[in-house]
Amino acid sequence: MIVAGLAASVVELEIPARGEYVGLARLVVSSLASSRRTLADDRIDDLKLALSEACTNAIEAHADVGDDETVLVRWAESDDRLEVEVEDRGPGFDPSTLPEHPPVTDPERLNFERGLGIPLIRSLVDEVIFARVEQGMAVRMVMFCGPVADLDDDDELAWS
Amino acid sequence: MDLVLDVTESDGATVLTVRGEVDVYTAPKLREKLVELVAQGRYTIVVDLEAVDFLDSTGLGVLVGGLKRVRSHDGELILVCTHQRILKVFEITGLTKVFTIHDSLGAAVDTSRAS
Repeated sequence: MIVAGLAASVVELEIPARGEYVGLARLVVSSLASSRRTLADDRIDDLKLALSEACTNAIEAHADVGDDETVLVRWAESDDRLEVEVEDRGPGFDPSTLPEHPPVTDPERLNFERGLGIPLIRSLVDEVIFARVEQGMAVRMVMFCGPVADLDDDDELAWS
Repeated sequence: MDLVLDVTESDGATVLTVRGEVDVYTAPKLREKLVELVAQGRYTIVVDLEAVDFLDSTGLGVLVGGLKRVRSHDGELILVCTHQRILKVFEITGLTKVFTIHDSLGAAVDTSRAS
């Protein structure tokens, strides 16, 4: 599910499928994005938000099936892009059949507190792919961006 | 990464100041506070988001739920927010058309007193 030939550049973070760990996932991915890529701050904010939405969906998918397995967050990159994938062990869903909300001008709109996550992800990243995987569902989010940061020998990577 | 909530009165308006990150973990705390304020009969509430570092759709959903609650009592939920990274979430989802959003607490309090 990752960029071909970039196995050595992959970073994986496995978190318990509980809300308290979503902040940690945001922290790790935004640190990777800001230290390794030429990305404007607002694009990093977009990535953090998209990741948060994907992790929230993954955790809620686990809650639906009543288990407490882990959610896998996977970072991969190449010269022109970064990819962040969130994989759950939930029952999966068809993103093309999500119910549409009433227009915001309709008072009925206030009856919908959920269901904004997937439209947000679609708006925030350059590509998003939803795929069934062996044990659950994977959301892969792609951002096209400048090259891997040219780090001096003295520079330390944020996670090293 | 905790969420800190403070309720104050400003010129007769109820102001809920939110600090920190609003996500799937912390949003229930915000929901409880809004439910509690409405149960106390406070139907016009200024929610100050200036010290919010992060807000995702779970937080948006809680604010939508709060707005529904106060409007059922002819009240209003008035937001204070100037940070583009937070405003962007409202803009993408079209919710800038649903909420009254001010760029200063003073303006929000004035609106709340008029409503």
